Amino acid sequence: MTNLISVRGLRVTGRRADGGDVPIVRDVSLEARQGEVLALVGESGSGKTTIALALMGHARAGCGISGGEIEVAGHRVDRLDAAGLRAFRGRTISYVAQNAGSAFNPALTLHRQVIEPALTHWVLPRREAERRAVELFRAMALPHPETIGARYPHQLSGGQLQRLMAAMALITEPEVVVFDEPTTALDVTTQIEVLEAFRAVLAHRGITGVYVTHDLAVVAQVADRAVVLRHGAVCESDATAMVLERPRTAYARQLVEACHLPVRPARPAAAPADGAAAEPVLTVSDVIVGYGRVDARGLPARRILDGIDLSVPQGRILGIIGESGCGKSTLARTIAGLQPPAAGTLRFRGDILAGGVGHRTPEQRRRLQIVAQNADLVLNPAWTVGAILERVLEFFHGLRGVAARAEALRLLDLVHLPHALFDRRPMELSGGQKQRVNFARALAARPDLVLCDEITAALDPVVAAAILELMSELQATLGLSCVFITHDLHALRAVCDRVAVLLGGHVVEQCEAASLMDGAHHPYTQLLVSSVPEMRAGWLDEVAARRRATTPGPVPPAADGGCPFTPRCGLRVEGVCDRVPPPIINSPDGQRIACHLPPDELPVLPRT
Amino acid sequence: MTRSLGPLILGRLAASAFSLAFVVVTIFAITAALPGDVADTLLGQSATPEAAASLRHAMALDQPAWLRFWHWAGDMLHADPGRSLLTGRPVAELVGPRLYNSLLLAGATAAVSVPLSLALGLACTMARGTVFDRAATVLMLGTVSVPVFLIATVAVFVFAVQFHLAPALADINAVHSPLQFVRVFLMPVATLSGATTAQMSRMIRACMIDVFSAPWIEMAVLKGVPPVRIVLFHALPNAIGPVVNAIALSLSSLLGGVVVVETVFSYPGMAGLMVDSVAARDVPVVQCCALIFCMVYLALTTLADVVAVASAPRGRDR
Repeated sequence: MTNLISVRGLRVTGRRADGGDVPIVRDVSLEARQGEVLALVGESGSGKTTIALALMGHARAGCGISGGEIEVAGHRVDRLDAAGLRAFRGRTISYVAQNAGSAFNPALTLHRQVIEPALTHWVLPRREAERRAVELFRAMALPHPETIGARYPHQLSGGQLQRLMAAMALITEPEVVVFDEPTTALDVTTQIEVLEAFRAVLAHRGITGVYVTHDLAVVAQVADRAVVLRHGAVCESDATAMVLERPRTAYARQLVEACHLPVRPARPAAAPADGAAAEPVLTVSDVIVGYGRVDARGLPARRILDGIDLSVPQGRILGIIGESGCGKSTLARTIAGLQPPAAGTLRFRGDILAGGVGHRTPEQRRRLQIVAQNADLVLNPAWTVGAILERVLEFFHGLRGVAARAEALRLLDLVHLPHALFDRRPMELSGGQKQRVNFARALAARPDLVLCDEITAALDPVVAAAILELMSELQATLGLSCVFITHDLHALRAVCDRVAVLLGGHVVEQCEAASLMDGAHHPYTQLLVSSVPEMRAGWLDEVAARRRATTPGPVPPAADGGCPFTPRCGLRVEGVCDRVPPPIINSPDGQRIACHLPPDELPVLPRT
Repeated sequence: MTRSLGPLILGRLAASAFSLAFVVVTIFAITAALPGDVADTLLGQSATPEAAASLRHAMALDQPAWLRFWHWAGDMLHADPGRSLLTGRPVAELVGPRLYNSLLLAGATAAVSVPLSLALGLACTMARGTVFDRAATVLMLGTVSVPVFLIATVAVFVFAVQFHLAPALADINAVHSPLQFVRVFLMPVATLSGATTAQMSRMIRACMIDVFSAPWIEMAVLKGVPPVRIVLFHALPNAIGPVVNAIALSLSSLLGGVVVVETVFSYPGMAGLMVDSVAARDVPVVQCCALIFCMVYLALTTLADVVAVASAPRGRDR
């Protein structure tokens, strides 16, 4: 069998502002046979997207394909002229972008965009194209396939858009489809549905796929062959199973290891030295946050957070996990004082904490620090690292001059950054370094509690693993208490002592992090935990089969007061779950589950 | 799913009415604060304090400001701008023909410059970074930088004096046929269009390039969509909001900000009338002109806002 894709000696160079050339992709060769799925694996900056785009004869602004042969389905892509490329793209090879939310034109209906390739390439008359689009929507398991096309992108969820984008890619029946991190922006529960839909369509139509990702667990599910890239060059290239199970190069081994984060061992709660130490650092009681019309009791009609009860004991890390839109970032904003609650109280070391940050005492503000997700947005690009740290030291501790400099250097040591970075600006730092500076900035205040909002979400796995390690270390050496907000179960298990699972603004379960993967749990926790891809082939089939067996029929969303998981719950009791607020089951080991099911009927996770 | 535009337009109109009320007060305050008054102008050299005082009394200029405002605002509500203090003729009679002339000039300029700047802006977007784009940029920046009176004077020198293509003075009473219209309006319109087109096409180019950096434009490229279709079908609908705003801003200056052009070509427009009236302290005429300028400005920006919201599906949903 001949190769459908064959790339030899591909070079892509970027032009610097000063006119010099920077190699982005150097001497890359790869091939894929008809019907195979080839994964391009690597971290950001490894050139994986650049290579995928080069297969389509496209280079982003400031870059150019400067050498090598690219052959796709009998076309010499590197020799095509502009008209030839137009005829080739979208017809022979099509593209599924990383973020469907921004890759669809916001001003046009989805329908017009989805059938556009078929009309542009004169593949089908309009009527036929519309019929095929509906067919593809159905194959992608989209709701209301007949009418969903009449909507605009902002009216659909990310998972739905991603599947619509795949439908758009398939409408011309291309020979090759390039998937560029198509599930990275999705929640794990949605990712499963999307991955399964993609895989089924590729297999059914015998399409050759190129799958760009940094997630090896996803590679295990979809790809036949994997190419590991680093700094724009091929590091390792083999059958998927070989790369994942017996990586030959050190870098590939490192990537594989980053996917197996060590799980933090259970630690006993800090022994109270005296009576006061037993008091939690932060207590959140009955907090309600929302917007819209306010009723007689001053409570908003639309609630983002509803009746949140949490506490963070001294020296412990509380993890908060949930899908996008569950209210976890709002919770962080509420604790930080940026979004005052409509009802409920926050207590810090027993004292009432005002809802708005402006009403808190300077001391309270010092003791509660936040580390934001995106270090690029919070570090002032015009200031040096040293100035960023010294400002906090001066503001909270009145340190200046030599004393401030010495303390700032000590902070750099604490987050394992070289002193040489003191005079650099954030722009000159890598993503991981910036996140460390961000951390050091929070530590400069000498806080009692640090709020970490998705601090690893924007980082590559290897870098993220190092940041998590730093966090555990700081927690152990400084006795820091933390609230760690994330959507990533691996990260959660690697650093947290205790976990709160958030769904639709409610805490559906709280338990020790060590017991998250086994034992009885809330049905939603079980869904969440079992949705995290595992790095073995066949996992997706098992999960998908299990899901199909237990997926409940559609019901109207839970009325006010019911359990937020009702519409998706396979174990729901009609007439109860959707009407009555679930009672909280307390178990002796500190687990709290909000569910109507009797404790012995809760789903049990297998020990992994 | 999609709400009707009715409430939105009503809301914008209410906001405009509020702005207008504010403008009315401001205009009155400024004209009241002008040093000197029409009595000085009328009496000229022969002014004695007694004569000026009696003239002021006869013109009711000695009433307190709030009372004058009350009468003026009340009359304005009945669309009666009063009478000129200088000639005693109704202000409406004075302003009416001038407004017609100004609208004619602005309309002709808009008819030339809007399509021209759209075409230029889009062409520069598609060819950005090329020699064409750079040349157009230099030309546009040059046009914007040269003072209008210089362009106007040079135009008169070249077209009227050297080649006799058009009359040096824009005598609009001489317009009886389309050809004469073109001859008379050629130079004022060309002069005004130069600056307006340069400004508008720069703004359109900036809006379009912003839109062009969106990921869905790359997606369209990767679908094999031809460049012209990308600009017209994908980019333009998303740029309508900012582009219409840019156009509205440029056009709203066409009515009031053209004193120089009117002067150079002796064109009887509103701007000239207003400047003359300010010099003579003919307050009712000044107030009427200022109010009309503000209303046109408000109407254009309101219209642009409504178009911008209506053109964005996401805006309609909110």
